[in-house]
Amino acid sequence: MIAVCGLNDLLPERGAAALVGDEQVALFRTLDGDVYAVQQQDPYSGAHVLSRGIVGSRGEAPTVASPMYKQVFDLRTGECLDPQGRIPRRLRTWQVEVRAGQVYLGEAR
Amino acid sequence: MTETDAPYRSDMASSVSTSSHLVVVGAGMVAHRFLESLRAREGAERLTITVIGEEDAAPYDRVGLTSFFSAASADELSLSPEPLDGIRFLRGERAVRIDREARTVTTDAGSTVRYDELVLATGSYAAELAVEGYRLAGVFVYRTLDDVRGIREWIAQRSQALGRPLRGAVIGGGLLGLEAAGALDGLGVGVTIVQSSNRLLSAQVDDAGGEALRRLIEQRGLDVRTNSRTTELAADAAGRVAGLRFDDLSTLDADIVIFSVGVRPRDELARAAGLEVAPRGGVVIDDGCRTSDPAIWAIGEVAAVDGQCFGLVAPGYSMAEVAADRLAGGDAVFPGADLSTKLKLSGVEVASFGDAFGATPGSLDVVYADPIAGVYKKLVLSDDAKTLLGGILVGDASNYSSLRPLLGAELGADPSAYLLPSDVEAPTGELPDAAVVCSCNNVAAHSIRSAVTEEGCTDVAGVKACTRAGAACGSCVPLVKKLVNAELAKAGRTVSTALCEHFPLSRAQLFDAVRITGLRSFSEILERHGSGGRGCDLCKPAVASILASLGNVHPLDGENATLQDTNDHVMANLQRDGSYSVVPRIPGGEITPEGLVVIGEVARDFGLYTKITGGQRIDLFGARLEQLPDIWRRLVDAGFESGHAYGKSLRTVKSCVGSTWCRYGVQDSVKLAIDLELRYRGLRSPHKFKMGVSGCARECAEARGKDVGVIATEKGWNLYVGGNGGFTPRHAQLLAEDLDTETLIRTIDRFVLYYVRTADRLQRTAPWVEELEGGIDGLRDVVLNDSLGIAEDLDEAMARHVDTYRDEWKATLEDPEKLARFASFVNAPRTPDPSLAYVEERGQRRPATDAERSSGISNGGVASGAITIAGPTLEVVRS
Repeated sequence: MIAVCGLNDLLPERGAAALVGDEQVALFRTLDGDVYAVQQQDPYSGAHVLSRGIVGSRGEAPTVASPMYKQVFDLRTGECLDPQGRIPRRLRTWQVEVRAGQVYLGEAR
Repeated sequence: MTETDAPYRSDMASSVSTSSHLVVVGAGMVAHRFLESLRAREGAERLTITVIGEEDAAPYDRVGLTSFFSAASADELSLSPEPLDGIRFLRGERAVRIDREARTVTTDAGSTVRYDELVLATGSYAAELAVEGYRLAGVFVYRTLDDVRGIREWIAQRSQALGRPLRGAVIGGGLLGLEAAGALDGLGVGVTIVQSSNRLLSAQVDDAGGEALRRLIEQRGLDVRTNSRTTELAADAAGRVAGLRFDDLSTLDADIVIFSVGVRPRDELARAAGLEVAPRGGVVIDDGCRTSDPAIWAIGEVAAVDGQCFGLVAPGYSMAEVAADRLAGGDAVFPGADLSTKLKLSGVEVASFGDAFGATPGSLDVVYADPIAGVYKKLVLSDDAKTLLGGILVGDASNYSSLRPLLGAELGADPSAYLLPSDVEAPTGELPDAAVVCSCNNVAAHSIRSAVTEEGCTDVAGVKACTRAGAACGSCVPLVKKLVNAELAKAGRTVSTALCEHFPLSRAQLFDAVRITGLRSFSEILERHGSGGRGCDLCKPAVASILASLGNVHPLDGENATLQDTNDHVMANLQRDGSYSVVPRIPGGEITPEGLVVIGEVARDFGLYTKITGGQRIDLFGARLEQLPDIWRRLVDAGFESGHAYGKSLRTVKSCVGSTWCRYGVQDSVKLAIDLELRYRGLRSPHKFKMGVSGCARECAEARGKDVGVIATEKGWNLYVGGNGGFTPRHAQLLAEDLDTETLIRTIDRFVLYYVRTADRLQRTAPWVEELEGGIDGLRDVVLNDSLGIAEDLDEAMARHVDTYRDEWKATLEDPEKLARFASFVNAPRTPDPSLAYVEERGQRRPATDAERSSGISNGGVASGAITIAGPTLEVVRS
């Protein structure tokens, strides 16, 4: 697992981008303190912007809405919950662990 | 490797096992539709898909080929790339062999691909007449992008060499022949259409229709020769085509000849593999689109149903849907081909549908012909004159979309009513449930009705997603809309005004609730007025806007920062590549030379693209997230402030130069514009809003195109409200005349705040005024006569806004916590996004296109000279 940042570097209900090797990862911390990691690239526009989307919920699922064309993704699975009329595209997700105030990234799922 | 490079996989249902490999041969419109449909299906995943396409182009709109002559590039014809995303696409490779034992397909490039399921969508090729000279230079067929490119080049080259417009002949007067003739005509070629039978479109229209069509086409300057069989193409000394010779020994000069004498199925691959083919060509399929080999499917023009192939896209799409459904475990059946056709050729409309020739025993024709207007219409009815069996429309096909769905149904009105000129309103009988509304996706009226009544769809977009009606060519959308509205009205249903799943209230209700309860944080508001969850991209910005309207809180203060869309969060406008644009406020469009110099220097030093906006200010593009504070420090130091171009708030107050300079001006429009802009700057609202001030009735500021427009009069100011440009342009309506400046401003104050408090989310002023009780008159009563008794409250609220306004960017620069939000990466705060790439154009930079990126990267992994990854970071520190 790779240490990426401190938990306190992440603001609740707001995303942050992280550079892991050549990879851009979007990290999100919910109000409950859970941390999720998905790909930073928005699959619909190609721009690396997902960390800048609005964090919220759909039913039980914690979500982020792409700031570009507003598709909504489940942060836990990367599943697209609202493709806005396009073909649903799944985001890659990473395993995340928080230990001693540090956020660690594991394997991509 | 990014996700999109990986083969597409996920959970697939029933009929296809987990590791199944699907191979599609052909990458045309039908293959594209098949992939789109298959991949949108529940569980149609965990399939590995390979597509083999011999053309170099990605799938494109072959039906729209003619428009390529006028289009700037082939891109405009491209179909959506999504269905091919993440799929292995052997582009430019031709499949040459199917080994049914080993279940492999081999291509001319030597690739061998194993399949579990194979779909043949190889289409057809344009037939040529085996006449003497058909291989001469200057002889073309009309089928692919390459054909069209060749035609275009030939015309350019030959007309230059000959120094005169070319003469051309199109052999074949069918659908494609007329298309080709129209295209040649558009390129300035004098065209003759050569048809061997006695009329044009002989498969679609009858003799009288053909005659009407001929007249219409000749009126447009094209020549038509019917009953003319070409026997030979003559060549000039250089071996180029020079003319045609016919069986009656007459001749015709031509510098270019296009054959469009029909298409033949590309079934050679299937033949060689021993699949059953029809006597006249085409791979034989059953009603589930399966060939004689159960692992192989065929769809589109290559497939033969009851011995017949179909050279139209609609039956191909229909087969694509059937095959996709079957592969996903369904049992869809090809319903038979809908050969209805409607085309428009250089302004001539023709439609043909159903039993157009009256082949049904006992059928009756009802005909309307007006040779002067160039109109011929015929309906074919059952022997009791009640049921519609088919029809032909030439010259005016406007009733096609309402007639075609009625095929096989009772007309329910006097048939002649459908044939009268189109300014006489056609009857609007209720469509029968079985009527096919969307023929591209074969959706019946019943499915659309039940999408509303059963599935809870409330608009066309919802119905489109649910049924796919209107998702292909879109021509049935007006009809879909009519059906949806009728169903909603029948159910007495009002569209829910709830903001989203988290709030059962409308924006106006929530605004009142928050104003009265005085709650000032999202969590509190959600707990008190919401229905659980943590909010979403709909309600969060709406609540942020309400809180800002009520108290001028900074967008990044406390929990407020979690509510903002990225534009409000970083106080800049997100652009397509993930960079932002920056707009400093230039009140009234008035700027000093020193101010212009500063903006110019900032743009130059940060490598920003600059453009003058329609609102009389300057937009600076290509700023990266982490650069925004540096850029704004320079701008704020020079006295600029946020222009709120990112906010749902006042944008600009546009003005003409007014009485201080203009010979005609009667009032000082610039001063008023500046006063208004500084008064309402930063005020958050349900939608962006704009104002304009003109110094005289000439209206050079285009104020009536704004939400608030002020026009000077000899006695004062006229006030207009509810105008806008954009998707639905509106002219503002007159609210009050000859106001003095103080009354004018008070009236605008009340108008703006009344709008802010009561409009729906994303509702502009024009529809808001329309929906107000009493419309513009009701509004006048509220803001001028205080009919609701809220004027004092509104005036106080506006005074509070003016008093508490602070520049958001200045406040941000003074607060290290807020500045921390502008890190590009949490673990590398100043590192630019490595995916950004730019090219230079007209002396400035712009985002590189996908094609430019891939060419840059194919250059050995290093960006080519034209591309700047992440651009210069040349912040020049000035002494």
